Amino acid sequence: MLSDAPLKNLDYSVVQQCMHCGLCLPTCPTYDATKNERNSPRGRISLMRAIADDRLEPSRAFAEEMYFCLGCLACMTACPAGVNYAELFEHARAEAEASGVLYSPKRSLIRDFTLRWLFMDLHRLQWVGRALRLYQRLGLQSFVRRSGLLRLLPNRLRELEAMTPAIQPRFSADLIEPFTPAIGKARFHVALLTGCAQDLIFSDVNRDTSEVLTRNGCDVSTPPEQLCCGSLHAHNGELELARRLAKKQIDQFPPEKFDAIITNAAGCGSHLKHYSKLLQNEPAYLRRAELWDAKIKDIHEWLAEIGIDPPPASNGSERTVTYHEACHLCHGQKITSQPRQVLRAIPNLKLVELPESTWCCGSAGIYNLIQPEMANELLERKLKQIKTTGADVVATGNPGCLLQIINGAKRQGGRLRVVHPITLLADAYRSLPR
Amino acid sequence: MHELTSEITGRLQSILGPANVLTAKEDLIPYSFDGTAAMQQLPGCVVFAHTTEEVASVLKFANEARTPVVTRGSGTGLSGGSLPIPGCTVLCTVKMGRILDLDRANLTMLVEAGVTTLQIADAASAAGLFYPPDPGSMKISTIGGNVAENSGGLRGLKYGITRNYVMGLEVVLPNGEILWTGNKCVKDVAGYSLKDLFIGSEGTLGVITKVLLRLIPKPQAKRTMVATFAHMDQAAEAVSAIIAAQIIPCTLEFLDRMTIHCVEDYAKIGLPLDCEALLLMETDGHPAAVAEEATQMQNICREKGCLELRVAKDEAEANKLASARRTAFSALARVAPTTILEDATVPRSELAKMIRFVEAVARRHKLKIGTFGHMGDGNLHPTFLTDERNQDEMHRVEQAFREIFEEAIRLGGTITGEHGIGIAKKGFLPKFAGDAQMRVMRELRRALDPNAVLNPGKIFD
Repeated sequence: MLSDAPLKNLDYSVVQQCMHCGLCLPTCPTYDATKNERNSPRGRISLMRAIADDRLEPSRAFAEEMYFCLGCLACMTACPAGVNYAELFEHARAEAEASGVLYSPKRSLIRDFTLRWLFMDLHRLQWVGRALRLYQRLGLQSFVRRSGLLRLLPNRLRELEAMTPAIQPRFSADLIEPFTPAIGKARFHVALLTGCAQDLIFSDVNRDTSEVLTRNGCDVSTPPEQLCCGSLHAHNGELELARRLAKKQIDQFPPEKFDAIITNAAGCGSHLKHYSKLLQNEPAYLRRAELWDAKIKDIHEWLAEIGIDPPPASNGSERTVTYHEACHLCHGQKITSQPRQVLRAIPNLKLVELPESTWCCGSAGIYNLIQPEMANELLERKLKQIKTTGADVVATGNPGCLLQIINGAKRQGGRLRVVHPITLLADAYRSLPR
Repeated sequence: MHELTSEITGRLQSILGPANVLTAKEDLIPYSFDGTAAMQQLPGCVVFAHTTEEVASVLKFANEARTPVVTRGSGTGLSGGSLPIPGCTVLCTVKMGRILDLDRANLTMLVEAGVTTLQIADAASAAGLFYPPDPGSMKISTIGGNVAENSGGLRGLKYGITRNYVMGLEVVLPNGEILWTGNKCVKDVAGYSLKDLFIGSEGTLGVITKVLLRLIPKPQAKRTMVATFAHMDQAAEAVSAIIAAQIIPCTLEFLDRMTIHCVEDYAKIGLPLDCEALLLMETDGHPAAVAEEATQMQNICREKGCLELRVAKDEAEANKLASARRTAFSALARVAPTTILEDATVPRSELAKMIRFVEAVARRHKLKIGTFGHMGDGNLHPTFLTDERNQDEMHRVEQAFREIFEEAIRLGGTITGEHGIGIAKKGFLPKFAGDAQMRVMRELRRALDPNAVLNPGKIFD
């Protein structure tokens, strides 16, 4: 059975491609922290290979190791041999899940609720989002926080409560028309993916993306009811659910209809571009999946490709911005210069480079929820580097990184603004009359 | 065959603390190899030392218990030097990672064994100084490993290799004794130069715990050039002529046709593809000398009939051209599941002959090969592109290497220029070294490690 032994069924040459030269070690945040080979890319690959070779059973220690990996893919940038770690990592987590070694009633309940129920359907997600917003807006949250009731919760839950993101009052469909024409002459027709978590927490970034696209000669189609792209599932060992969602996406956005399909979330983009790999054994979808992969563009990538229409100079005071590279943009999609191009196009904004800009901030999807210690260590490191730049604004192109750094900035109590680069560009256009 | 008992791991835990002794299978598998292709052996346990004293305690105990110890830094070696042996304790030095002193008056740096080569190069550079050895794995390789393997790199021709930058060593002997050899004096002839004995000893004579390094002033200017040739012989002649003109470039590297094509496919540098050989040349030093040498080298390449000559206009272009050589191995590694990199070395006068021989061997055994390397110092990297699951082909690869090494010896060269003997080339050493050298090496080893505790089975039995 394919799903029972994902690593054994994976093309062996993918496992074998690692020549264990060690050049991934200095780029791996977990190895950097522990100096233990098991916590390194080549160490993890050796464990995956041992399972594929039947030298190791998928054990609890193996599974835990696969969840200690951030999946930041920095190793893929460093790898001289071109190992496809992303594919290995997804299969290894699927192996961990298929083996059941991590099973506990609580874990299973959480996974069933989130992966199998919540993130499979937009309405459920929005309903939960609204409930959460009610909790936040009716003063309940601040009441609960002030009342000391939280002290009744176990430590971990209390920490999680503090990390709950602010839910937007209006979701993407309330902010963006199903079809928004280009301002001026239309050069392209694109589709905009509004995402799942992004839709609840950063619907404003979706609106900004749509506006920026129309300012740059794109007719924008934004269907109101959209699904999760499945990256959450693929990264958490549920490849079958990820396949199901991928097929629905392709059905909803026929790739032949658009010049490009735009995403503004790095983590999603990095997954969306590999549907053909995910659906390689689905002949009915494979050809369209290949076309789909070619049409998926990160918003920065797309703008750089079609040329950014520069916003007019304004006479406000100059601000400094620094740029944190989301792992799944710089490592997952090799997009590094385009977001900087976007930022440089904005008048009165000075870009200062962030030291270690490509080092993971610890968000890593839901990593900050399941590995809080490591995630916090990385967040602290990131905040320290941001501080050295003296920037008032930090820009980053992924909802996970935005949330993580916003939480860090809040904890520090400073005046740091954490924002998506596209929001800054949209702000600059807004000073223009429509 | 050694067996690691729970009594042994118990003692190691009491010496180092339980957190520094790994015994679970999931912890050991990631230590069952180093950077060497197609070699694998599970150790008995892995331990981390943080101080010289801890290393001493581990060795003292291991010596008494007669249990083997294999020292390991970052495990990037290419000859199996830190490959475990059955039931051994892997003694890992990566947590001994402090830079202890940078002495600008004496131009030295004192570091612990686990500091990486890159950290050393960066610290030197930050002080306006230069640490030249740059092995391919320098981003992660440890200085302890560099010294134990006497690593080379791209700058060997002008600047030498690791040995030329070691002024002193702290070594723990197999019986747990701590020994210091060398000092900050440029001149020191008191007794045998024991440090030279430990450099390149591949973990068989002692465990290196601290290294005192020599630093030099940073060259002020650099010029980078690339020339392509229709025949490998012309490139080799150009190199000989450059040396004969008494120019010592800091880099003089070559790529063969196969490597050029792989590099271009992978890195898209814009290299000319219609050639048999590509030379990457760099000269550094005083700006006036650099300008003069660069002109001379260009003239020589033209005289030898080069097809195309490109001089980097600025640093960005220089880095781009230099990356052609630095990505050579990576580019080749992408082409096949298993990549076996060798380092046969000949006197540079014999280089063209050796390259032709390598090509002929590959043809004869129907093998895919890319060759690149340090043309200035005769150090070749014939790289076989193969698949370790194909036993028949692996057998032919072995046979091809045997022939290449024999030819290297016949031409007055060596079986390894910078990777070491380890376990990969053990079989070739006796013939290369001869009886007298083998006997002296054996006696030396026995004198220092009478109980055969350190890296047994490596270099020779």
